[in-house]
Amino acid sequence: MDGIEGASNPTMEEMQANGTEGVDGLPLTSTSTRKNRPIVSGEPLDIEAYAGLYTGRTKIKRLMFIANHCDNPGMQLEALRMAYDEIKKGENTHLYREVVQKIDGRLGPNYAMDAAWGSTIERKAEQRKEKLESELNAYRTNLIKESIRMGYNDFGDFYYAHGALGDAFKSYVRTRDYCTTSKHIIQMCLNAILVSIEMVQFSNVTSYVSKAEQTPEALDPPIVAKLCCAAGLAHLEAKKYKLAARKFLEVGPELGNSYSEVIAPQDVATYGGLCALASFDRTELKNKVIDNINFRDFLELVPEVRELINDFYSSHYASCLEYLGNLKSNLMLDIHLYDHVETLYDQIRNKALIQYTLPFVSVDMRMMADAFKTSVVGLEKELEALITDNQIQARIDSHNKILYARHADQRNATFQRVLQTGNEFDQEVRAMLLRSSLLKYDYNLRASRKH
Amino acid sequence: MNSVEGLLTQIRGLSSTASDVLSLQNVLKQADESLHAESTRLLPFLDQLDPSKHSLGYLYFLEACTAGPVTTESASSFVLIIARFISSCVAEQIRLAPDKFISVCKRFKDQVLLLEEPLRGVAPMLTAVRKLQSSTEHLTTLHPEFLLLCLLAKCYKTGLSILEEDIFEVDQPRDLYLYCYYGGMICIGQKCFRKALELLHNVVTAPMSTINAIAVEAYKKYILVSLIHHGQLSTSLPKYASGVAQRNLKSLCLSYMELANSYNNGKIADLETYVQANMEKFGSDNNLGLVKQVVSSIYKRNIQRLTQTYLTLSLQDIANTVQLNSPKEAEMHVLQMIQDGEIYATINQKDGMVRFVEDPELYKTCEMIEHIDLSIQRLMTLSNKLTVMDELISCDPLYLGKAGRERQRFDFDDFDSVPQRFNI
Repeated sequence: MDGIEGASNPTMEEMQANGTEGVDGLPLTSTSTRKNRPIVSGEPLDIEAYAGLYTGRTKIKRLMFIANHCDNPGMQLEALRMAYDEIKKGENTHLYREVVQKIDGRLGPNYAMDAAWGSTIERKAEQRKEKLESELNAYRTNLIKESIRMGYNDFGDFYYAHGALGDAFKSYVRTRDYCTTSKHIIQMCLNAILVSIEMVQFSNVTSYVSKAEQTPEALDPPIVAKLCCAAGLAHLEAKKYKLAARKFLEVGPELGNSYSEVIAPQDVATYGGLCALASFDRTELKNKVIDNINFRDFLELVPEVRELINDFYSSHYASCLEYLGNLKSNLMLDIHLYDHVETLYDQIRNKALIQYTLPFVSVDMRMMADAFKTSVVGLEKELEALITDNQIQARIDSHNKILYARHADQRNATFQRVLQTGNEFDQEVRAMLLRSSLLKYDYNLRASRKH
Repeated sequence: MNSVEGLLTQIRGLSSTASDVLSLQNVLKQADESLHAESTRLLPFLDQLDPSKHSLGYLYFLEACTAGPVTTESASSFVLIIARFISSCVAEQIRLAPDKFISVCKRFKDQVLLLEEPLRGVAPMLTAVRKLQSSTEHLTTLHPEFLLLCLLAKCYKTGLSILEEDIFEVDQPRDLYLYCYYGGMICIGQKCFRKALELLHNVVTAPMSTINAIAVEAYKKYILVSLIHHGQLSTSLPKYASGVAQRNLKSLCLSYMELANSYNNGKIADLETYVQANMEKFGSDNNLGLVKQVVSSIYKRNIQRLTQTYLTLSLQDIANTVQLNSPKEAEMHVLQMIQDGEIYATINQKDGMVRFVEDPELYKTCEMIEHIDLSIQRLMTLSNKLTVMDELISCDPLYLGKAGRERQRFDFDDFDSVPQRFNI
């Protein structure tokens, strides 16, 4: 796994060449050396730039996901082409066959099935596997812990490169018995986490993250950042948006591009920002997101997300929702976020509605509908749902289209509760006395029968 | 014949003081069989006895007379005789022979039903109940008979008057089940759904060793009344319900549980189709009226939910949300609910708007204070009663014997053998 990290550097220069001025003439920040068009934005996705953020298997997977879910045939073919090129650099024949099938000859003869390449790779794979096996057996007979560990690790790398994820996971986990230092354990955990994320088994991810965090030695900041990202992803999958947001916000700037085989810093910003917006309350949002210096660097990479968070906080709901609408099509192409987009958007919209009505005693629904760019009827339905759910304490005057805040009358409610409790007590005690009389009768009957 | 004459003289002679009456009772017990043997010829002798003075004797004679099968001609004459007897007899004397009295009254009920005039039996039965009860908290076997007559004669108010009293002592469990079941039906008839729910709940959760048909029928009505009154049904019986009830009741009332599920889903159309499909089943249980009330209550539930969300709402919108056919229907429903006191609202016919208001009860009036005060007093007496009963049971030798056998043993001394019986 260590060799792939260097691959991200050439793409950085590539991206610098794309655009020398920032978006909307944004001034350069001293921390980021890249001034380029933001990749996650409202415009149609620039696939090359997007794919440039990632390396390894996740790059291929993401490209294929985009090809599957994209409507635009041009973008589809672009994605498939890049996927093909990337796969050819690796050794995964299974994915190769898949991609060729998807391309279906639309990209010309260069991108057709190269059976020769396929069989060469497979032969090489067989040879390598035999070699690894014999080496491993030798090490096992010699009982040198370090070599056995390296052997299993190499096996894991081999299986991973060839797409046999289950075997890769098993091999990585086997190294556990032969780990001697915390560094080894951390390496094993990171490998296991990577394979689990690819296999979409996030329960394993959480357990290995906690295992890694429990090592007695202090961890390097990049590794801490990686673990935070992995944990955040696991929470996102489990729909625990608040925990996911907290984890993503803890990721330090040391992450850089070091985890490009899983996640890019833009993703950290997007996921963290959206989850925070959907689940945090106002104070938490201010403290942990807006005033968070570390996270600010991440947000610079996705200025639209930064803008929309600021708009939400300063109650410019129309523009906030507009940004969200623009981002939606691109977010639906993200492999981790796509099935959470709807839920997150609904939650953000509901929070906006609630926040709008909070400071007022009465609200003109026509103005509110304008602020949210919706019709009065639609707004009424949404508000009704929120009121029934007890998230807004208000009542709707449907005739004049005004929303009135309503505060529960504690005194009346107390009296009602008191009377009700009294009645219940009365009923229950009488029923109890009645039942005990029946039981006594029954007992006496049985006792008299015995004598 | 002579024995009967002799008996008559003894009755007339020994009916004046309490001790005499006790010896008379022994005599009568011994003569009982001979009386039964001559049951057909005893009728003329009844005229020689005065029911108000010689109640016990009269009772024995009457019981022997009515022992045979009931026919329509004999029924009409006997009904008059028994009614007169019940109204004039002396309570203390008949309490010495309660089963005889009960059997006479049951016969009375059968005769009245045979003549198809249950109304004639209501008042006498009420008197009978009052005379047999040792206290107003005592449930006799005649209570359910009385309620049955009330139900058949459709005079629910009289039945309600008996139901108002709290019952704490029970002779036979079967009496209680029937009493609560009939009582529940009377309350449903008078639309006192809260009390009906309480009575039916008592039947369903009463201790029973085997499941009985009364409990099953009561549970069916309980489900329906619970839906009408509360809008929901708690899915499990409380812990103190008997094990047999918890295990078996639901499976015996499946179509009603389905109805409750369908109601909870809130879709009126589904509910109505389900009811249509199962019409005969509900009809055969005589629950069709209740089921129709359940269906209409779902509209009420939905309108009530609207009062929580809206201050004013147009009738058209109400009709749409609650799935009624037209604003006119919505207006009828809302009007009915306002009259019943289920919601607080005003209808503005000019705009076609309904304005919902808060409950105007301010809890500041003298009547309310008095009501609260009375409730507190009542609950205090109830609490005292509970404490007294607890103390009584703690002193009960049977309880002590059982508790003693099963108590915790922490010390060597605890292993002393506990006396199985207290010989005091």
